[in-house]
Amino acid sequence: MSTLTIDNIHTYYGNIHALRGISLKIEKGEIVTLIGGNGAGKTTTLRTISGLLKPREGNISLDGEDLLKYPAHEVVYKGVSMVPEGRGVFARLTVLENLEMGAFSRKSKEELNHNLEKMFTLFPRLKERRTQTAGTLSGGEQQMLATGRALMANPTVLLMDEPSMGLAPVLVELIFDIIKKINEDGTTILLVEQNALMALSIANRGYVLQTGEITLTDTAQNLKNNPMVQKAYLGME
Amino acid sequence: MINKNNFLWNAIKLGLLGGTIGIFFSLVGMIEVFSKRDVIENVITLGDFMLLATAAISGFIATRSQTNSKTITTNLVTGTLAGLTTGGLLALFVWVGSQINLRAVFLNASPVLFDLLTYKKGANGAWLLLEYGALAGLIGSLLFGLPEKTRKPLTNTILFLFGMALFSGLFRVVMINQEGGAAKLAKFLFGQTGLTLSGAFIFFIIVAAFTSLWSGQSKKIQGSYARLPKKGQITVRVILIAVLAFIAIALPQISGPFIAQVIVVVCLYAMMGLGLNITLGFAGLLDLGFVAFFAVGAYTVGLLTSYGPFGLEHISFWAAVPIAVLASMLFGAILGLPVLGVRGDYLAIATLGFGEIIRLLAGSDFLAKYFGGPQGIIGIQKPCLGTLEQFVKIDVPRVCDGLEFAGPKEIYYLALASAILIAFIAWRLQSSRLGRAWMAIREDEDVAEALGINLIQTKLLAYVLGAAFAGLGGAIFTVLVGSIFASSMQLNVSINVVAIIIVGGMGSIPGVILGAIALIGLPELLREVSEFRYLLYGITLIIMMLAKPEGLWPSQTILRELKHNEIMPDTESPNIKA
Ligand SMILES: Nc1ncnc2c1ncn2[C@@H]1O[C@H](COP(=O)(O)OP(=O)(O)O)[C@@H](O)[C@H]1O
Ligand SMILES: [Mg+2]
Repeated sequence: MSTLTIDNIHTYYGNIHALRGISLKIEKGEIVTLIGGNGAGKTTTLRTISGLLKPREGNISLDGEDLLKYPAHEVVYKGVSMVPEGRGVFARLTVLENLEMGAFSRKSKEELNHNLEKMFTLFPRLKERRTQTAGTLSGGEQQMLATGRALMANPTVLLMDEPSMGLAPVLVELIFDIIKKINEDGTTILLVEQNALMALSIANRGYVLQTGEITLTDTAQNLKNNPMVQKAYLGME
Repeated sequence: MINKNNFLWNAIKLGLLGGTIGIFFSLVGMIEVFSKRDVIENVITLGDFMLLATAAISGFIATRSQTNSKTITTNLVTGTLAGLTTGGLLALFVWVGSQINLRAVFLNASPVLFDLLTYKKGANGAWLLLEYGALAGLIGSLLFGLPEKTRKPLTNTILFLFGMALFSGLFRVVMINQEGGAAKLAKFLFGQTGLTLSGAFIFFIIVAAFTSLWSGQSKKIQGSYARLPKKGQITVRVILIAVLAFIAIALPQISGPFIAQVIVVVCLYAMMGLGLNITLGFAGLLDLGFVAFFAVGAYTVGLLTSYGPFGLEHISFWAAVPIAVLASMLFGAILGLPVLGVRGDYLAIATLGFGEIIRLLAGSDFLAKYFGGPQGIIGIQKPCLGTLEQFVKIDVPRVCDGLEFAGPKEIYYLALASAILIAFIAWRLQSSRLGRAWMAIREDEDVAEALGINLIQTKLLAYVLGAAFAGLGGAIFTVLVGSIFASSMQLNVSINVVAIIIVGGMGSIPGVILGAIALIGLPELLREVSEFRYLLYGITLIIMMLAKPEGLWPSQTILRELKHNEIMPDTESPNIKA
């Protein structure tokens, strides 16, 4: 059974044809990565899935249910959460308030407290800094917060946009360990990355995106060994 | 050549700046108007005080900013030199004024002004300016040299005296009305135009003693309050509220109609401020045409209750108010819908236009047969708490056989109660689910939407609820004045409301109330100041932006932001955006 199916979507910014017929399939429990250079359309893909952009053509469905018929603010109720590019934490709000905002779509108080406990176990650093404003966190901590905030909505599918961006290598490893852990706990993950090496090392499968089109798809292992991928994205000759 | 880093040069620079400001005050006519008022009767006028304060402040700042050596001598020389320069520039101005007729260009450069500046002593007076300037500058640098512990109470005391002097006329009138001992005391403390010398002396002693004893006490008092058992805390609170309530109820009867009216106007602006605080402070949506909702509330009540030619109905104020609030909410939605997708500067322009359109339509000849055009709507019935039949439908002309809210002294209760109600609603909204949705939208719209917040609905509610608050304000305004004219719905009302929020503290409910008191109440009380209201607004806003951009009473969010920035300067850049 396929969880998230993206079928031949075309997304435009005015006249700019940013996605030119993209199809992806993410099975339940997988980590799938979407790699590609700057401006390839990775962010556009995630924003289209989460409803912030509407494609002119194509279909998106989750467990057989059409997602496109829902406005952006209802997609999260269907189980799709996004960790936006550049983290997008509410800089002037505290860590705790950010996490509570993440549970906006969950109205029950018990669920909120339960999820908060879960996040603080997953990210002990956030627990220490719960009363601090998000803007004063380090880049890595902000990434943890953005991830925790997205998880507060109990998603079945988590969309992550370049979580390693601007982070020191040690922190990148830490974040990727956490992504693996989240996946092991049962969340399906679509991971967008420019850091292809790290992404392919934790993903099951991958897609390569170039100027709005999927040019290659395979298992992560095969992509790592693919000479074209090695040359273009892994910095090997 | 002069070394540009020399402390003397620095002092001269700041002195020149002070002098320029002094000349500016003179040329806009402030000094002349303010000289009719005294700080201390027969000792120093308000105009003199302004000039001396300018010299003293330039002395203070020059001393603070000089980096050479902080010895006492250099400090004193710096301050004196800065003050001397300020006085010198003013003296030069007086001399130029005596040689050339500046009046052709500057209307206020009259002989009266120069007489005032020179203490009617002609050329000798110019020397006096130098002396006083130097003295004031010296005082400024002395103030700088004082330890913080002495300086704070001293400057506070001076500021307090200044405030008492400004309001002395009011205090005097109010106290003399009480007759007996109060009247005698009033005459002892307050003169016709300012404090008496004895009054100034007594206040100085009391305030200086109080401020120096008080420092550090507030923490202790808070501590002992926190240590009280739960029951004791409640008792303290109940007593405090009872005292406040008693003062609030008794105030208009003691103070008379003028002060009651000022408080009503402050309440009305506070209501509008709290309304805009929802739209702008909570949800981050700018609205420069806020007066429109005030106008809708006012016109609705006017049309529904007036016995004049434009009255549509003759229902009571109480029945008209809910309709007025609903009408304002409807207009909130009408404004909100088209501008939902508009952001930033465009939002400012669109809302500005909306406010103007409402005013122009209401005052237009085209709609004059409905809204009275420039003649406005007159004959608006005052609210009456009477019989039940009169609660809905009223006879024309009505006789109120109950409590009639006839003048400011009665409408005061209506306005105060409404303002308190609205502050309470705003406070509850802030911590509600809706309040959090507004906060998320204010911080980042896209993220908010992805978190499940319906942008359209949430933004519309911000406009609609903000409009409701302003509409209630408009309804009360109508019965206060008894008539409505489109010309009272000017753009400057909207600007005042924005200024209240900025000065008070964006997103902070107590801040907005404080802002309304500071920007509306004080100028209303000080008649002389009204003439220069917008000049003073401008100066206040600039000073606030420089010295306290977070507002008088900042919201929690802003306060935390400031605190953290102080503790840890921005070493890592947050929010890296590709
Ligand atoms: N708001 C926008 N308006 C117009 N063009 C955009 C906008 N955002 C992205 N684009 C264009 O769409 C393409 C894909 O962008 P994006 O999805 O951000 O790429 P990536 O995330 O892979 O770096 C780029 O050519 C970019 O210039
Ligand atoms: Mg991107």
